[in-house]
Amino acid sequence: MPLFGKDCTRSKLQEEERYLKANDRNFNTKFHYVNNRIKTSKYNIFTFLPINLFEQFQRIANAYFLFLLVLQFIPQISSLSWYTTVVPLMLVLLITAVKDAIDDYHRYRSDNQVNNREVTILKDGKLQRGKWMHVEVGDVIRMENNHFVTADMLLLSSSEPYGLTYIETAELDGETNLKVKQALTVTSDMGENTQALASFDGEVRCEAPNNRLDKFKGTLTYKENKYPLDNEKILLRGCTLRNTEWCYGLVIFAGQDSKLMQNSGLSAFKRTNIDRLMNILVLWIFGFLIVMCTVLAIGNSIWESQKGYYFQVYLPWDVDTPNASFSGFLMFWSYVIILNTVVPISLYVSIEVIRLGSSFYIDWDSKMYYPKKDTPALARTTTLTEELGQIQYIFSDKTGTLTQNIMIFNKCTINGKMYGNVHDLSGQRIDITAKTEKVDFSFNPMADPKFVFYDHSLLEAVKIGDPEVHEFFRLLSLCHTVMPEEKQKGILIYQAQSPDEGALVTAARNFGFVFLSRTPETITLVEMGKTVVYELLSILDFDNVRKRMSVVVRHPDGKLYLYCKGADTIVFERLSASSQQLRDITTTHLDEFAGDGLRTLALAYKELNKVYFTNWQERYQEASTSLENREELLSELYEEIEKDLTLLGATAVEDKLQDGVPQTIETLSKANIKIWVLTGDKQETAVNIGYACNMLNEDMKNIFIIDGNNSEEVCVELRKASAIMRKEDQTEISIKQLKKPTFIPEENVDGEYGLVISGDLLAYALEDMEIDFLKTACLCKTVICCRVTPLQKAQVIELVKKYKKAITLAIGDGANDVSMIKAAHIGVGISGEEGTQAVLSSDFSFAQFRYLQRLLLVHGRWSYFRMCRFLSYFFYKNFAFTFVHFWYGFFCGFSAQTVYDEWFITLYNLMYTSLPVLAMSLFDQDVNDRWSMAYPQLYEPGQFNRYFNKLVFVKCIIHGVYSSLVLFFIPYGALFEAVRDDGETVSDYQSFALIAQTCLLVAVTLQIALDTSFWTAINHFFIWGSLAVYFAITFTMYSNGMYLMFPTSFPFIGTARNALNQPHVWLTIFLSAVMCVLPIIIVRYLSAELRPTSIDKLQLKIRKIKTLPPKPVVRRLKRPSARRSAYAFAHQQGFGALITSGKNMRIRNINYKPSKTVV
Amino acid sequence: MSRQRDQAVLKNKPDNTAFTQQRLPAWQPFLSAGYVLPTFFLLGLVFIAIGLGLYFTSNNVIEIELEYTGRSPNSSCHHCTKNDTKDCKCNIEFKVDKTLPGPVFMYYELVNFYQNHRKYGVSRDDDQLNGDLKYLKEPSEYCFPFRQDGQNRPIAPCGAIANSMFNDSFVLYKVNNSEISKVPLNSKGISWWTDYNVKFNNPKLDNGTDLKQAFEGTVKPHNWPRPAYELDTNPENNGFINEDFIVWMRTAALPTFRKLYRRIDDGLQPGKYLVEISYNYPVLSFNGQKRVTFSTISWMGGRNPFLGIAYLVCGSVSIVTGIIMLIVYIKYQGQNIRKVE
Repeated sequence: MPLFGKDCTRSKLQEEERYLKANDRNFNTKFHYVNNRIKTSKYNIFTFLPINLFEQFQRIANAYFLFLLVLQFIPQISSLSWYTTVVPLMLVLLITAVKDAIDDYHRYRSDNQVNNREVTILKDGKLQRGKWMHVEVGDVIRMENNHFVTADMLLLSSSEPYGLTYIETAELDGETNLKVKQALTVTSDMGENTQALASFDGEVRCEAPNNRLDKFKGTLTYKENKYPLDNEKILLRGCTLRNTEWCYGLVIFAGQDSKLMQNSGLSAFKRTNIDRLMNILVLWIFGFLIVMCTVLAIGNSIWESQKGYYFQVYLPWDVDTPNASFSGFLMFWSYVIILNTVVPISLYVSIEVIRLGSSFYIDWDSKMYYPKKDTPALARTTTLTEELGQIQYIFSDKTGTLTQNIMIFNKCTINGKMYGNVHDLSGQRIDITAKTEKVDFSFNPMADPKFVFYDHSLLEAVKIGDPEVHEFFRLLSLCHTVMPEEKQKGILIYQAQSPDEGALVTAARNFGFVFLSRTPETITLVEMGKTVVYELLSILDFDNVRKRMSVVVRHPDGKLYLYCKGADTIVFERLSASSQQLRDITTTHLDEFAGDGLRTLALAYKELNKVYFTNWQERYQEASTSLENREELLSELYEEIEKDLTLLGATAVEDKLQDGVPQTIETLSKANIKIWVLTGDKQETAVNIGYACNMLNEDMKNIFIIDGNNSEEVCVELRKASAIMRKEDQTEISIKQLKKPTFIPEENVDGEYGLVISGDLLAYALEDMEIDFLKTACLCKTVICCRVTPLQKAQVIELVKKYKKAITLAIGDGANDVSMIKAAHIGVGISGEEGTQAVLSSDFSFAQFRYLQRLLLVHGRWSYFRMCRFLSYFFYKNFAFTFVHFWYGFFCGFSAQTVYDEWFITLYNLMYTSLPVLAMSLFDQDVNDRWSMAYPQLYEPGQFNRYFNKLVFVKCIIHGVYSSLVLFFIPYGALFEAVRDDGETVSDYQSFALIAQTCLLVAVTLQIALDTSFWTAINHFFIWGSLAVYFAITFTMYSNGMYLMFPTSFPFIGTARNALNQPHVWLTIFLSAVMCVLPIIIVRYLSAELRPTSIDKLQLKIRKIKTLPPKPVVRRLKRPSARRSAYAFAHQQGFGALITSGKNMRIRNINYKPSKTVV
Repeated sequence: MSRQRDQAVLKNKPDNTAFTQQRLPAWQPFLSAGYVLPTFFLLGLVFIAIGLGLYFTSNNVIEIELEYTGRSPNSSCHHCTKNDTKDCKCNIEFKVDKTLPGPVFMYYELVNFYQNHRKYGVSRDDDQLNGDLKYLKEPSEYCFPFRQDGQNRPIAPCGAIANSMFNDSFVLYKVNNSEISKVPLNSKGISWWTDYNVKFNNPKLDNGTDLKQAFEGTVKPHNWPRPAYELDTNPENNGFINEDFIVWMRTAALPTFRKLYRRIDDGLQPGKYLVEISYNYPVLSFNGQKRVTFSTISWMGGRNPFLGIAYLVCGSVSIVTGIIMLIVYIKYQGQNIRKVE
């Protein structure tokens, strides 16, 4: 806010470097760093009114009304009393202000709650309890387990060895796995020593506050030594301390400067398609208004010079009106006031109310409620609902969105024997159902009760002590990077880097090889009830090139073993010759696993020679401390030791699809929605899931897999694909740059095609040949982009938004989906396994992918349908209302005389006509939800803006003009020189006003009655109630009592009584109302008869059969056969090809790797 | 039992009501041929019936309209249009062929007179006309320039409407073979009851009832020959509650309008009649016209064929479109039974 507050003066001084001294507030105050108080609320009690009003008047409609109000106070112009503008304006401002105030109060409350959290501050050598907001930069604070980190700070020391600290970053990036931070040795030595910490006087120089969560650069100067600081030593505000009893930190960025706060807010405000259309239409309306006013102003000039000039005997001109043209000029403004009702001020408020209503429906929908997690659907943004009915492209993440991100140890093959299938007595393989008997793990008190396995033979093999099976599970429980946590006594919880690893270690645990705990040097297992401690000698970690990981352990009997698990192709290369036969059997098993869509890992081991290993270890130490070619040296060493392995078998983990995903995708593609999968996963996995979800299938004519090596090859491949699909000649493919069009029209090709492209090639495609890529991609039914970075996800969406002008929806669940959720028109978050970051930045959230079809096909379609009905009616009623003034201008000397009573003008939009249309836009249904879901093609009108567009708007104008002609000229003809049945005249201005406004109100009420296709009790109440209220208010305002109290405000006394007791007045009202409605009935009937839309046909059908649609048949989609999924673990590393990280090295130096660092 | 426990845990479960699940019972009307076609035919028939009724009722109303502006030199009132004439009178004769049963209403009519001009319409003070003493002395600003006279004395009644009050007067004679007899004209009850009894009130002083005293300190409108308190000798019809004044103050909606002047309770028998007009009201300067009209009345008021014709047209159109729609229905109904794909 440039206008308010002094903050701006300080923030202008761009901070370039932060310089601070620990435990020295006096020194640090020199720099005026902000303290840890946060303020996300916008207003306080005193600034609320001015700031809120200022913001509201930035809306063009509100500003316009303010301008009108000013005009109304100019006596020469004022053609309406001030209250006709003030009352609606006040109401609109008030509703918005109340909404803003409530929102802001909530923010204020949550700020307050956060600011008042307690923290222990080291002050004057003593630990003192304090509040978060009192923490200053340079303070040393102590934090305890499971507490939120107070501010961005430098980790000084912790309860864990080596100054290690575990944190969970769910609030920051949505990842729930643990991450490790480590303090510098020089500071971690201080430990819990309050004295030492209080006298710590290190000086920190570092970067200025910024929003990069993954980078930090700075130096610590302590005791004349300089230490470099990086992100590994920084705890960020918003993280939660885990598995760490306590830690001490030095506050570097506090409050508003913290990276969390720098990242929050400032998310782009999304506007819907209808909003953008409305902005154009409002401009049209303004143009229209100016044209009308100009016509009337010219009319006035002519009238004044030809008639008014001579009529001055009875009506002299104002002294300040020298001539007819000036009168015309004034009249222009007078008409601007009178015709203001074409610019609908209450429109915006009504739209907000309707959207809020549909948002509540989404929140309330019990069919989008997921009982297993007690998660209802949530409309987090309440201003986008009708756009849900216009989606053309869906961009979906894979992991956690299409799949459950739950890995299930499903099958395995050990020493050539496959386990996991269930057979009946005759040896026939049978399907697993809910009734299939589960394996009973009760022999093992430490088993995870959630683990389910069906093949009893595996447990039997364990129990009889089959050595290969034991070795298999021993490997699984030793070779991993999982962290155990014993939250309650006896209840083990594994903190796994990837769900695959968790699944494998849990499987080993249930089969009697319980991974109990680990220290840097040991791993403790409970093997079949017996505690065994293995000495951990080395971890050869996973990376994307190696695609395997190994550990070297010393068994209690002193023997050294290397255990390795990894992608089958990689592991098979390293087997000893003796494993050749087993390898062939295992390969056939692996093929079968892949056919079932399972992720596989091959397991192998070997015994190491002690002397050799000691020698290897020495070389390893040397290599890891060498300054040059460290990476290469290490990888050579790994290669050397990981060979001549003995194959044990392979695991098959199921990446479970969410329920109903294939059906949902099928339904949505029937609704003409294109679905693209954008995933960080590997190509094989993504394609596999594509088949599993029926996005790719074997009936497709072709699936193009783009695998060029450089920009040109990619370009050629894309053009080739597009030529094949268009059946063009393929020989003329060049790599010439195409001219960039601004819009790419929709094309259709015969047959179904698929396109698969991976992230590094997508980078080329997005750089130089976005048009080619888009053209080709849009010809395909399915597009799968794998190994894409979060940024690329957003870029793909921007591309489609830019050239296809299509409405896009992004759905995802993880932190890596945030960018695409924000980029798409509508972002949907799955409240699933990967944390809450996606949900927090999404517009809608729910727990299951399959709810998407209900969100779009039911809620979206209804919202869009209702919004369009609402807009059409709203414009119609305002045009019908306003144009009557225009026609009357020709009969009253263009004098800006109103046709209606001023009270009627004030209340028309606010009371008489608002509720029926609101009821329609909240309750209307053309067909019910069951039919909406059963006929996805009903979704199409929204995609093509059929229900409300410029043409429909023009039709509304024409309809309004027609109605206004009827509504003016029927009363005109009927009342021309008319008298009552007692001879007294009834053609006076007031009676005419009353009759015209009654005609109008009856006509527009009939129209809404006609538009309402779903008459609930509330609709009846509002529609007939509005008419009743109109007559009640009219008779009250025209009563003796009101007149005697305020003669000048209610001059229409007696008009209602004297006019409405005349039969011919009622006949006039009846005639004009019927004449307004009849043509609409004719048009609607004939168009339904001659050119029936799909909805017309369906409605007719529903009438005929009078039943609900058949329940959707849940078909079991056939799994693709003979497709091989060579899958390695740690799927988060999927886009590691683009981001390589060497961070792991340092931790390995201490020979202890608690958790892989996440990229 | 376990089920109940489950539900207790699900605290976020949405309410399963017809309202929240959008399953409210509702009536779903549908524009099907079965409803639309009969409606059109029925509506057409009803409209034609109403139209015929209205048309014949209107035609049964007898109306005699006499124009007396005197624009053309031949007309009998032409001499009154000269500027220098004062208290000019002119006569217009007319014949009644058929008995006009009583009550017959006598209207004056102005053409091209913009009583509905916004600035004209607001130029009045309802407070003053309601007898409010404060506004009697300080009329509303809307009355300007007919608010005060040159010496800043308030005008009562103020404003352009009052100032331009129609002041021609008519006397009706029946001519019986050169013998002339005055036809009694009833001026009572020509204004709306609400106007006469509620909206318009004379200012009343606490001490007296004399109207003239109450108006003291005010001046008459510029165009008026007499102040308001001298409009009639009958105190029930004097001052602001003079019915001619009240009728005039109920401004017309259109530039051609008719206002009730008198009622002839006994009707008009066939024969010759003569209207004697005191011609005071100039309209020629702005191309206006003046008329005097005699009319009988029906249940639907005076003569106005418009409504009847409009009903007839609307009724016929709806029958014609009904037939067209029927043809379309017969021709296309086969197509609509097609299955929804």
